[in-house]
Amino acid sequence: MVQWTAGERAAIQGVFAKLDYESVGLESLTRCLVVYPWTQRYFGGFGNLYNAEAIMANPKIAAHGTVVLKGLEKALKNMDNIKNTFTALSELHSEKLQVDPGNFQLLADCLTVVLARRMTTDFTPDIQAAWQKFLSVVISALRRQYY
Amino acid sequence: MLSNTEKELIVQIWDKMIPVAEDIGSEALLRMFTTFPKTKTYFSHLDISPNSDHLRCHGKKIVQALADGARNISTLATTLAPLSRFHAYLLRIHPTNFKLLNHCILVTLACHMGDNFTPVAHAAIDKFLSAFSAVLAEKFR
Repeated sequence: MVQWTAGERAAIQGVFAKLDYESVGLESLTRCLVVYPWTQRYFGGFGNLYNAEAIMANPKIAAHGTVVLKGLEKALKNMDNIKNTFTALSELHSEKLQVDPGNFQLLADCLTVVLARRMTTDFTPDIQAAWQKFLSVVISALRRQYY
Repeated sequence: MLSNTEKELIVQIWDKMIPVAEDIGSEALLRMFTTFPKTKTYFSHLDISPNSDHLRCHGKKIVQALADGARNISTLATTLAPLSRFHAYLLRIHPTNFKLLNHCILVTLACHMGDNFTPVAHAAIDKFLSAFSAVLAEKFR
């Protein structure tokens, strides 16, 4: 089981407290689709993904960004049992959406970069470390049902 | 592959980093050591505590090398040949670690570049760092 120190819990909760799900979700997903264009393969039905401006203005991408952040919130609320909390989501990503799990890290990295941009010096190395640990536990849970 | 627009953007971005090379470089390294503690194993010969002289000096070297690469993107392999040999034969860093430092460089830039860190700039820098790391790892085997 994952062990969280009090400092790590506080850091992660602190990040979420300042999080605007809609705009952070949209910007993270946009950056993922722009910086790693092959991820666009999963968004065929989402309309115009022609360039960064189009993606940022795309309401379906915005809606999906919020969905992703709400998923992370679920992990936050169940920090001591992320593995089981995400069983259904893991099955969804592997069986139905058929997303290559290597891509989870890419979206996670973009999310981290977006937080860094918004929080600037408040996104200290220690907070970054706690946040990335949280994301790696989420990713590991999402990967579990792939076989 | 970097487009010509991206190459120009990279030069502009890294030229601005030169005066703050110590700050940017040491912050990126510190972020990497904190988030990925295994990377510290390559630095047992240095004092890499926050703000140490070694950390700032080493950070500066990295940023200056990146700025040099940025100005010579079309001839990266030649420009970086000595560094490439150094990383392959002397340092022998496990190649997965390049990505970790690249990510922390991106996070550091995101903290400091503000609105200039657009998705397009982000993509260009990520591509540049990948190309740079590929050259550094070229001679590994």
